[in-house]
Amino acid sequence: MNTQADPVPAEPAAADSEPDQVPAVEVRGVSKTFNPSGSNEVLALQDINLTVTAGDFVTLIGPSGCGKSTLLRLIAGLVDGSTGTLLVNGKSADQARLDRDYSMVFQKAGLFDWRNVSRNIELPLELMGWKAAERRQRSAEMLELVKLGEFAQHHPSQLSGGMAQRVAIARAMSFSPALLLMDEPFGALDEMTREHMQNELLRIWSDTQTTVIFVTHSISEAVFLSTKVAVMSPRPGRIAAVIDNELGTRGDSARDSPQFFANVSTLRKVLRSGEPQ
Amino acid sequence: MKRLKDMLPPVLAAVIGFGGWEFLLWLTRPDGFVLPPPSEIAGALSDNFSAIQTATRVTGFIVVSGLLAGVLLGVAAAVLVTAFRAANQTLTPLAVAVNAIPIVALAPIFNAWFGLLSPRSNQAVVVALVFFPIFINTSRGLADVEGGQIELMESYGAHKWRIIREVRIPNAMPYFFTALKLATSLAVIAAIVAEYFGGRQDALGNIITNSAGLTRYADAWAAVLAGSLMGIGLYGIAVLLERVVMPWYFLARRS
Repeated sequence: MNTQADPVPAEPAAADSEPDQVPAVEVRGVSKTFNPSGSNEVLALQDINLTVTAGDFVTLIGPSGCGKSTLLRLIAGLVDGSTGTLLVNGKSADQARLDRDYSMVFQKAGLFDWRNVSRNIELPLELMGWKAAERRQRSAEMLELVKLGEFAQHHPSQLSGGMAQRVAIARAMSFSPALLLMDEPFGALDEMTREHMQNELLRIWSDTQTTVIFVTHSISEAVFLSTKVAVMSPRPGRIAAVIDNELGTRGDSARDSPQFFANVSTLRKVLRSGEPQ
Repeated sequence: MKRLKDMLPPVLAAVIGFGGWEFLLWLTRPDGFVLPPPSEIAGALSDNFSAIQTATRVTGFIVVSGLLAGVLLGVAAAVLVTAFRAANQTLTPLAVAVNAIPIVALAPIFNAWFGLLSPRSNQAVVVALVFFPIFINTSRGLADVEGGQIELMESYGAHKWRIIREVRIPNAMPYFFTALKLATSLAVIAAIVAEYFGGRQDALGNIITNSAGLTRYADAWAAVLAGSLMGIGLYGIAVLLERVVMPWYFLARRS
């Protein structure tokens, strides 16, 4: 069915692989206009510049309407018609999409009701032409990774919101993509579940060495998760500042550290001014 | 025990309904042509059992073959319309226009096309009547997919046909079965009404018109009863099929 299916399973990102010279994502002078030359023409993004190095955890933060989701979809090759240069793994975004260089997690878990949990995780592997036995084994490993081992045969409707989102992450990670694009993945979760999920994501990120681009409008979430925060401002959407987010120790304990609070207040100031410092 | 309790109300309603019907007619004693009592209809059914059995088989063949063809055509058209914009722009308005024609009224014309005694004309009426609800509902189900699910598939580099197979078709299943359940009774109605105008002479529709013409109303009612049972049977099969084909749907509803 799928002519682009890769018969050889992708190798998991090995920890000792050579450092990649090509940036994971390179955005240079990218602009995007919706409905060009129409009466409702909108300049969604203007002159965006952003370089994401392999292993980074970059957060895109900004008020609604600042184009952060649009930027993520441009990187994913799901939206086209932009001007400027946009390279993912040194290729065009669309080519990277067809080569399955990245995986995406949305705000809605988007599990298919007609597949059980295990077969939902196997979906991208099926599209890539993996053999059934290998799919099942990988799915089991992924369920262990997100600590849902005993839920393989469950039905999506039997899961809580947080569990469904963990399955969505397991599905996204199933073929070990080097790049993970996340669009407000924890936006619909309650505060307790959200913090738990953030801890899990950080653990998975450091275990798997995956590069992450993460869209959020939560300041604390951005500070807790990222190595770099790109602050965006609206109308037209642009990157107002890129902040290196040093936390010292990472993980749950960082939530109460003075550095965390200092970074939160810095980020808040930058967001309010909408200008680089 | 619980099943027995669930079955009690409909059984009770049937007993009271038929009992009341019988009793009321016994009380008022109207002329037989208004409405024969259930006992008389049952008698007519057993008296003409072999004729009605044959007629049910003849009409049943028209209903089932027409239903299958109509469903296949409806589903195929829905997939075509979903996959190709050009097909959508030509086929959908055409289907709507054809549906606006009172199809059953075409039965005498179909008789002229296919021959007065040919079952083809009756089948054609069934196909035409079944096609539309299947086509409209299924294409709705194929289109009504959550945008995020399409984006997800595209993010995995999936192509149009793969998305139709993995997302759109499962999503359309509940819509399709709703239409199928509707179509089963439509098919029986279409076949019997078409038989009023032509086709084989030993079918249910002909028994109804002939018996009514000879003022044998109980016989006509017996044939109507056979048609109803056929409709109920087909509906039951559709419900069963729905359970077997998409158990996930009922699991999702329950939780």
